[in-house]
Formats: sequence, structure tokens, C-alpha cells
Amino acid sequence: MTQRRSMFLLSSVVFGFAFLYVPILSLIIFSFNESKLVTVWAGFSTKWYGELIRNEQILEAAWISIRIAFVNACFAVALGTLAGFSLARFGRFRGRTLFTGMVTAPLVMPEVITGLSLLLLFVAMQDLIGWPEGRGVTTITIAHITFSMAYVAVIVQSRLTSVDESVEEAALDLGAPPAKVFFVITLPIIAPALISGWLLSFTMSLDDLVIASFVSGPGSSTLPMVVFSKVRLGVSPEINALATIIVLVVATGVIAAGIVMRNQELRRARDEHMAAAENL
Amino acid sequence: MAEARSGVQTLEPWNDPDAKPYIRIQNVSKKFGDFVAVNNVSLDIYQNELFCLLGGSGCGKSTLLRMLAGFENLTNGNIFIDGVDMVGIPPYDRPANMMFQSYALFPHMTVEGNIAFGLKQDRVPKTEINKRVKEMLDLVQLGPFAKRRPHQLSGGQRQRVALARALVKQPKVLLLDEPLGALDKKLREETQFELVNIQEGSGVTFIVVTHDQEEAMTLSTRIGVMDKGEIVQVGTPTEIYEYPDSRFVADFIGSVNMFEGRIIEDEADHVRIASDEAGCNLFIDHGLSTTPGAKVWVAVRPEKISLSREKPNGEENCTTGRVDEIAYLGNLSVYRVELESGKQMRVTMPNLVRDAAERITWDERVYATWQPSSGVVLTR
Repeated sequence: MTQRRSMFLLSSVVFGFAFLYVPILSLIIFSFNESKLVTVWAGFSTKWYGELIRNEQILEAAWISIRIAFVNACFAVALGTLAGFSLARFGRFRGRTLFTGMVTAPLVMPEVITGLSLLLLFVAMQDLIGWPEGRGVTTITIAHITFSMAYVAVIVQSRLTSVDESVEEAALDLGAPPAKVFFVITLPIIAPALISGWLLSFTMSLDDLVIASFVSGPGSSTLPMVVFSKVRLGVSPEINALATIIVLVVATGVIAAGIVMRNQELRRARDEHMAAAENL
Repeated sequence: MAEARSGVQTLEPWNDPDAKPYIRIQNVSKKFGDFVAVNNVSLDIYQNELFCLLGGSGCGKSTLLRMLAGFENLTNGNIFIDGVDMVGIPPYDRPANMMFQSYALFPHMTVEGNIAFGLKQDRVPKTEINKRVKEMLDLVQLGPFAKRRPHQLSGGQRQRVALARALVKQPKVLLLDEPLGALDKKLREETQFELVNIQEGSGVTFIVVTHDQEEAMTLSTRIGVMDKGEIVQVGTPTEIYEYPDSRFVADFIGSVNMFEGRIIEDEADHVRIASDEAGCNLFIDHGLSTTPGAKVWVAVRPEKISLSREKPNGEENCTTGRVDEIAYLGNLSVYRVELESGKQMRVTMPNLVRDAAERITWDERVYATWQPSSGVVLTR
């Protein structure tokens, strides 16, 4: 009986993981394909990586994407933290639920609508106050900040609700004015939430195609936009090479973060266990 | 100066009409919407006191403490600490520090860092900070744990860090919210005495909020019993226990037998009360000044009643019933006696003899008596 169940479990696991990872694996394998035709295997080669390094269009787009993602993540964390902090600590007031809902609306809004409305706003603003001049990196960054900060706000708010408010009161009580309490006590305690918010904003910005397409201008094509336009003309093995690199970077990051977190958790559990054991 | 002070320093400043209260709470009220959390409370607390605010949950004691710390605004009234009006002064500018029920330690700082935090806010010189932190660590016996983080400490150790952190600034008043609430029973009993010693050694005035009457009795110089946002009685532990002035206090502190009755005789040196519930006339050896016929309650503590098999002399303060339940606690036994009126009476008797056969047992008919000085007459 147990034998049979473990067979069932085993096959489910194999099937599940295959479903998730076979596409990625085939992409990595074909990135080392000699042939120009993506689907025909013609022997091992790293020539597409070389082509990739020489492809200025892709490199430039990647650089733009990274710059946008970086600036976006920083602003999103700053604004989102303020929003999350206010939501968590403002206390009860009439219409609070409405406000909370409005902050998180970009999470559920279809990207097409967000992109279109931002485009209309930017055009109107340019007509009225002359800023932003045309569309480009700035408008993409602003657009990304609007939806990234909503994610950060949610993360920060949920982290703050689990932090004992009396910790902040204790700091006030011991003589620190509210602004100092925020920077010296609140921020360090929610630092993990800020880091994950930053990383999430960064990846979402790198990932975004739809909104960026609406608000981009000449000379500001992000990496997803370039890849998408290239794929429409037929998949080039270069894209496979690029995707492989991205997968590698992301996987390394995720694994490293996982190891760090696991170690921290283990250490914490051990500390608590020791403190309990030597009680008093 | 020293001579002037020594004249005022009595053991019971609240009985000294010349003593100046150190913390003065005047007609303080707090409303949350329609809910009145604290209702017109006035209270004088003197220097070096260890004052306990005692009451059930939701009686407003914590709200009152938070108003002293400055976390809640007053709806009405004034609070003075050492003669200074506290209204409008934010928590970070008050000469009061608070020890939180959850301890509220800063998780990202070491024990040392936690204790030093308050001094750093006052820009105390670094050498001075180090010296005072070390003194505090010695006082609460946490020297070896100075470099640890809060999560590396046991509950009792965290409690002492919280105490040290609040005490290191030498505040005029230390506010403690259920300081021993999170400790287990044995540790709590040890810590009670430690807390009293630290209070006496530091010379800081303590105001403790607690729902545990035993804790309040052990710790305090005086207790303020709160109910539904109001102070119902203020007094020393003995006064509160032996001379409660309302049924609520008598019932809340310890256990008590309450007999309803009517005054039939009220003279200068005694009162006689008829009570159907008790099944006898109650005799009290001091006068009241009530109208005869008035409805009153007489409270008698269980340990002040004695049980016997033989009928004692005298008709008053003597009733009879059947032993319904016995709880043997080792040093004493608790008897539940059903009186003829149907009322249950609680009696505790020390187990003076070892032989169980000689003790009163279940379903026996017994006589219960008490001294004329034992009953407390309550009119509310």
C-alpha cells in the first residue's frame, strides 16, 4: 500500500517539475546550438553568446532596463514604505477601507488600462506644463513606480501589522521624537520587508512589457520590448543565450537568498532553544 | 534643606496633611467615542510610593497609565508630576518611563543597546552611558548577557531588561503595565520581592497596573481599586482587605461571605442587624450612623469564621448548616457550608491536627461563629 502511494507521489512530483522546468531546460540546451535554426540541433557551440555580446541593440536595451529597474525600485521602496506606514499606523478613520483599497488597486488593475491611462496623463501633462518632454526613460520609470509602490505598500503594511506597536511607543517613551523612532526603530525592524519590496519592484520593472510599450518613446526600448519585437520576426538563438543568462542570474540570486534565510532561521531557532534551556 | 525634608518624611505620607503629592491626577476622564474608559478619577500619589492600580480587564487602569505616559490624550482633567502640568507634553518629554506588558524590547539591539537607548536620546556623554548601563546590568543581574539580542533571552531575562531600560533614566515616575503578567507562577513570586527591593533601592516612584490581587497586596504601599473607569477605593493592602468600603471591593479582593440584612439597632458602640440569609442576628462592635431599617450587607472573611460540632454560647454571629464540600489544601482546608437559608458559606480553617479523623467532614451539621469585630458593614 505504502509502496503504491509513494509511486503515485513520485510520478506526480516528476510530472510537476517536468512541466515547470523542461521548457527552461530546452531553452538552455538550444542556446548552445550551432545551427541558426532554433529547432534543429547541429552540434554544441557557444557562438550565440559571442553574437549576443556584440549585439549593441540588445545590450543597450538591457542597460536601459536595469537603470529603470534600479531607479524604480529605490523610489518605489521610499514611497511604498510611507504609504504602508500610514496605512498601518494612522489608526481608524472614516473611509479607511476605501483608502487601503485604493492603494492596492494597481495590483489588480489590468496592465493595459494602467498603461493607457498613464500615457494619456503624460500627454496631457506635456500639453499643460511642458513636462515630461516627450516619452522615454523618465516616463517608463514613473509608470513603473506607480505600480511597484503599491506592492511595496502592501508588503510593508503587512509586516508592520505584525510588529508590536508598543516597541515604537517604548522608543517614544524613552525620549526619541516620532521621526527618530521611525528611522532608528521602525525601519530597521521592517528592513527585511524593504529588501524584499526592493527586489520585487526591481524584477517587476525588468519584467514589464505592456506598460512600458505604452509610455516609451524613441530610443527608450527596454529589454522585454526588444526581445518581443525580435521574436515576432522569428526566434533567434541569441535570445536563447540571453534567456539562459537571465535564468542563471535569477537562479543564483534565489538560491543565495534561500541559503541566507535558512541559516538565519536555523540560528534564530537555536538561540531561542538555548535561551529557553538556560532559563533564568 | 535636609532638615526640612526629614520633617515631611513619614512612612505614610497620605496620612500627613502637610505632605505634598508627587503625582496628582485631578478629575481625569477619557472617552473613546461614547465609551467612557476613565471616569472622573482623582488620585494623589506620593514620592517613593509603589502604588498599584488594581482592577479587572477593561476597568480603565491601563488607559489611566497610558495617559500618565502621554500615549493617550485626556478628555478632561489634569495630571501633574512633581508640580508640572503634563497636559500637552508628548511622551518623549515627560519625566515618566514605562515598562510595557509585552516588554517591547528593540529586537535589533543588544541588551546593552536597549538599556542605553534612553540615555542616548538625552545626549548623555558616552562614558557616563557606559557606567550607568553597567550599573543597571549589575542591578538586574544581566552582566553576562550584555551582548545578547532579546530573542536570545528567556522570559524572565527579557522582563529584567525591560525594567532596566525603563529605570536607567532615573525617571520621576516609573509606570509598569502588568510587569509580572507574562512570567510563570514560581518566577513571578520570586520577582515580586526583587521588584520591591529595586524600587526601594532606586528611590523612584512606581505605579503598577495589575489584575492580580495577590501581586498588588505583595508589592504596594497603597492600592487603588478600579471598576468601570472609576476608583472605588484607595488604601493600604490591609485597609483594602480588612476594611473594604463597598461590596465590589470586598468581593474583588480575596473571597468573602456577604449577608444581606436590615439594621434593627444602631447605638454608639454596637449595631445589630437582622439577616434571613445568615439565619441569625449579626452583631458588630462599633456604631454606624444609619437609619434603622436600612438595607445593608455584612461581609465576613472565610478565615475569620470558625466551625464547631457543638453549639457555642450566644445567639448572635452564630449560624448553623451542613458541610457540602471540602477542599483540602494541606496547610488549610476550605469548607463550603450550606446554611438553612440555602446560602453557601465559605470557611477556611487551618489544619491544626494531623489526624484526619478528628476533622469535620462531609454532611456533618456544624455551627459557624465569628467575632463581633470580624464583620464589615457595607452600605453600597
